Amino acid sequence: MPSLWIANARVIDPANRRDDVSDVFVHEGKLVSSLPATARKRARKIDGTGLVACPGLVDIHVHFREPGQTHKETISTGSRAAAAGGFTTVVCMPNTSPVADNAGTIQFINDAIRRDAVIKVHPTGCITVGMKGQALAPIGSLKRAGVVAITDDGDCVQANELMRRAVEYAKMFDLPVMDHCQDHSMTQGAVMNEGEMSMRLGLRGWPNAAEDIIVARNVILSTYTGAHIHMQHISSRNSVEILRRAKSRGVNVTAEATPHHIALTDSLLGTYDTNLKMNPPLRTEEDRLEIIRGLKDGTLDCLATDHAPHTDYEKDKEFDFAPNGILGLETALPVTLQTLVGKHKFKLPYVIDLWTRKAAQIVKLPVGSLSEGAAADICLFDPDEVWRYDAKNGFSKSSNSPWHGQDLRGRVKYTIVDGRIVFENGRIV
Amino acid sequence: MRWNRRHLITLEELSLQEIETIHRIATVFKKSLGKHEKKLPYLVGRTIVNLFLEPSTRTRMAFEMAAKRLSADVVSFDAASSSTTKGETLRDTAENIQALNADAIVIRHAAAGSPLYLSKLLGIPVVNAGDGAHEHPTQGLLDTFTMREHLGTLKGRKVVILGDILFSRVARSNVHALLKFGANVTLVGPSTLVPRTFEHMGAKVSHDLRSALADAEVVMLLRIQHERQNSSLFPSLGEYTSMFGLNKTRASWLNPNAIIMHPGPINRGVEIDSELADGDRSVILEQVTNGIAVRMAVLFLCSGGQPAQVLGDEA
Ligand SMILES: [Zn+2]
Repeated sequence: MPSLWIANARVIDPANRRDDVSDVFVHEGKLVSSLPATARKRARKIDGTGLVACPGLVDIHVHFREPGQTHKETISTGSRAAAAGGFTTVVCMPNTSPVADNAGTIQFINDAIRRDAVIKVHPTGCITVGMKGQALAPIGSLKRAGVVAITDDGDCVQANELMRRAVEYAKMFDLPVMDHCQDHSMTQGAVMNEGEMSMRLGLRGWPNAAEDIIVARNVILSTYTGAHIHMQHISSRNSVEILRRAKSRGVNVTAEATPHHIALTDSLLGTYDTNLKMNPPLRTEEDRLEIIRGLKDGTLDCLATDHAPHTDYEKDKEFDFAPNGILGLETALPVTLQTLVGKHKFKLPYVIDLWTRKAAQIVKLPVGSLSEGAAADICLFDPDEVWRYDAKNGFSKSSNSPWHGQDLRGRVKYTIVDGRIVFENGRIV
Repeated sequence: MRWNRRHLITLEELSLQEIETIHRIATVFKKSLGKHEKKLPYLVGRTIVNLFLEPSTRTRMAFEMAAKRLSADVVSFDAASSSTTKGETLRDTAENIQALNADAIVIRHAAAGSPLYLSKLLGIPVVNAGDGAHEHPTQGLLDTFTMREHLGTLKGRKVVILGDILFSRVARSNVHALLKFGANVTLVGPSTLVPRTFEHMGAKVSHDLRSALADAEVVMLLRIQHERQNSSLFPSLGEYTSMFGLNKTRASWLNPNAIIMHPGPINRGVEIDSELADGDRSVILEQVTNGIAVRMAVLFLCSGGQPAQVLGDEA
């Protein structure tokens, strides 16, 4: 493997409080402060002028659909889409088919990762057997098989006693419990946010309160047990407020926000576009602004895409019948740059921190920095390039994106994993 | 005016002028209904498909009669035996109907937004005959047509819609149309079925029957659905009737000339006492008749007809 010499880039490494125009060197897959003379001569030189070099992005919430729904996505295609989006590490959800509720399935997934993934992919396991919410999955065996967290994402454990035991048990293994916060009894048949738009459109609403109640429950359970509970894709302003108060008391909870919940609202749903149907649903402007405030003050710890591929024919339906979820990996960086840096005046290093060090911390993975000696996982992007996103020509197997056909600002140019270039100027290498 | 719409999806999108045009044409068509020679030649040789994916006898029959009175051929697509129950998608079903050379589709579907979805897929006119809890535009047109027959202008008139507003496409279409006519619309019923969010549409929301009915010139009742009895939206039909059912005493609060409306089918003794449903203030059966005339006007216009063909110089 040739050494790499990235010259003249704006190097942003929030973990080391670094933001300067300088060079980055990679030798034998690791980040180094300088190259040995011989390596220097033979190094592959990348002109970083005008580009930002930062740690490879980390996404702790993706759906790669393998095993079972490989017509939507596979670990191979999903990891390529991730690489194209600047991600070098992702955490995939266990709501596959069958669900990943046992060590054997994790083994299968790990084999596929080893064989097919072009970036680092880490599996999660289920909280409950069959994701049915009735009995604990073999959490210890899942940990031994290599999961970095447990979650019933796509679903939510409704029984409070079971959830209490799950977090207590997982704590023994130092495993975070990730939760998709949704009270089922309040969201029967719901397909969008409950509010003025759902009333106008005649669609069943999913009230904020159904999220808030579970977020509050999880805060209570974390307070009681000390266990780490991570709230996935927070969409409601009250949830942010509940988490803000919990964190000020030092409760061991964390939370993520998605690019779509910070960029879009339910006011866009007037055309019944199924590429705007997701769970939790797009909410109102007040919710959106509070999530952004939560990211700014640290109430929300990181960003995550909830990349959820579905084929065209599955989404091409009546709104009520289309599946929930949209793609996220290839648009995540530009959408968050436009929204947070462009519109809401976040500092660029802060947004990168949300996608790197802070995301990695939640699942305790030793990535997300450009520290000397660390694995050379690097993202190089042009923060100003405007390009038209064509979901149909993306790397994902699916194309269900609300940003299809739109101009986005900010484009990933290189993605480097363990010192190897895996994505370069629009192509997987 | 010229008619430029190929589809009728919502009343929200229609202008007051468009609604008035439909009403004027319906007035002319209504005159033909009682005659021996009932058929008008406007849609000779056209085939209209009734794609009813949710059961409805009366709306389907009214569309069928309207089409036949305009001399069209009608094919009805029955939900129970349809291929959609065998897993065929709405897109496939609709594209097949178009490929069979249908000239227009009338669709009733439990999913809100499905007529809009079809209108983007197909090259033939799509008429919404009710989509979930979203809209039922021809019902709103026939209801306002009936009100105008009785009250003349609707501007400033107090219209009360009473019942299950949350899940009612009839209520939404009527609110859109009535507000365009300048009526004062009050929505009444239990707070679980009449949420405050409806104020965003421009209607008043009330949970107090007495003040809502006071001096109202129209009261439109909506069907309370038995199947919701077990859910958490209201305690029981009995409780509903005792709190919100229209009986003689409550009807006495109305304006003396008020009319009582109901889109049917009626739950006698639940949302309305039988005596009132059959009484002389009730216009429920007139609504049914007007439904044919209004749907004739809609099918005529969406199929490319122009107001001047029916109205002559007054168009
Ligand atoms: Zn989820």
